[in-house]
Amino acid sequence: MGQIEFKGKQFEVDEDGFISSFDQWNPDWVEYVKTSEGITDLTEEHWKVIHVLQDYYKKHGIAPMVRILTKVTGYKLKYIYELFPSGPGKGACKMAGLPKPTGCV
Amino acid sequence: MALKHATPMLDELEKGPWPSFVTDVKRMAPKNRMCEDWLGIMEMSYRDKEGHWKHGGIVGVLGYGGGVIGRYCDRPDLFPNVAHFHTIRINQPASKYYTTEVLRKLCDLFEPRGSGLTNLHGSTGDIVLLGTTTDQLEPIFYELTHEMEMDLGGSGSNLRTPEGCLGMSRCEWSCINTQDIIYDLTMEYQDALHRPMFPYKFKFKASGCPMDCVAAIARSDCSIIGTWRDKIRIDQDAVKAYAAGELVPHAGAGGREKRAFDITAEVIDLCPTKCMEWDGKALKIWDEDCTRCMHCIRVMPRALRPGVDTGATILVGAKAPILEGAQLSSVVIPFMKMEPPYAEFKEFVEKVWDYWMENGKNRERLGEMIQRVGLREFLKATDLTPDPRMINTPRYNPYIFYDPAEVPGGWEHDGVAFRQRHQA
Repeated sequence: MGQIEFKGKQFEVDEDGFISSFDQWNPDWVEYVKTSEGITDLTEEHWKVIHVLQDYYKKHGIAPMVRILTKVTGYKLKYIYELFPSGPGKGACKMAGLPKPTGCV
Repeated sequence: MALKHATPMLDELEKGPWPSFVTDVKRMAPKNRMCEDWLGIMEMSYRDKEGHWKHGGIVGVLGYGGGVIGRYCDRPDLFPNVAHFHTIRINQPASKYYTTEVLRKLCDLFEPRGSGLTNLHGSTGDIVLLGTTTDQLEPIFYELTHEMEMDLGGSGSNLRTPEGCLGMSRCEWSCINTQDIIYDLTMEYQDALHRPMFPYKFKFKASGCPMDCVAAIARSDCSIIGTWRDKIRIDQDAVKAYAAGELVPHAGAGGREKRAFDITAEVIDLCPTKCMEWDGKALKIWDEDCTRCMHCIRVMPRALRPGVDTGATILVGAKAPILEGAQLSSVVIPFMKMEPPYAEFKEFVEKVWDYWMENGKNRERLGEMIQRVGLREFLKATDLTPDPRMINTPRYNPYIFYDPAEVPGGWEHDGVAFRQRHQA
């Protein structure tokens, strides 16, 4: 675990750069992570994906399946990769402050 | 040169005739700090009987959702050089034929950027580069694609790297061009391979014949197994030569011991459908009863050959035990011609994926989904017609569902009319 300080806020992160709990999340986190995920400018579309992930996580306690994310946002998977080059798991979930994907990855 | 960590237990594994992985890694260790620490952490695991890798790890390259397995050791204080030890999967050429030029380039690429250790190959088929750090992932990927024209393999909930047996490249039994099929599917479905979009992992494997040298029936969600539907080709003179002891049965796989070959005991009587006859002069096969198990062909390869009207049987659903128990694939298409561009097969695959992506639960393999919804629903979704060859035995229980459209009167009933005929 490591500590990161950005704009006066503290974030506790693991080796993969995921924050250790969802409660730590705030919009500055997204600003901090974006460059390491290959994003220069955050658009409303980025935020839409992030908010969909967060709403789903708050309601169900897990991240949605890829198919649900594409359905709810209306973005095709290809477009989600255009927004988040490292993909919905490593990119979008990390920025949204969700726990790190697990299983056979 | 003395190594950094003492490895008394690993040293034991340098004894004996089999190629020792310890000796191999030690040979790399003097010039690679990762190898040194890897030996150290392995020794600690042997001593403690515990793994020393942390849970999971999410790393990768931009544009892809898989291909790299992140790993961090749980004692970076003791073994700093394996603090990061990520694995990179590289898509291998079908059936793993190489030139030394390619392998040398790959080694030159990886040695300075990682441990130099590999796994040739992962059980799914990939070339596996074992152990590198996060900052090296993009550079390795850049060189791999720009200088070697090679790509990453699959990982995660997606299409994994397909693989086949060596097929027609050097086997007289191959009924389909497994290498071409594997290459074609790999290229066609690049998107599904690199960007996870499925409920869970999905694998293709193709074997040229039912000997199934790539174990497609056990290790792939969609198994493509070559077969034929005409007659086994018989060279009667060669059969006689086997019977007379001039040719060695099993191509000599029975060992060096010279013994008389008993064609009746070793072929005719072992045929599972008993569809063969040998009168001492000619071999007869009733092909309509043959299930193409390969036994007679395997015993007498110079006398018997598969037919010429060849294609594949398509089976689906194989998986390891988690969660609902292990499964082998089951037949859903008894025979399909397999010729480029494999349009009929791809049409089937895309129907399977559409249905599974829509109906599969999170982390539910195709085989488990079919178990849950039933083979009948799966056949409907993929426009296949039920066929006796899809089952081992008919069901023994009478819990049979009917489609209301097929039952006269349907499910809507008039309770009042019933009561007029039957008192309560």
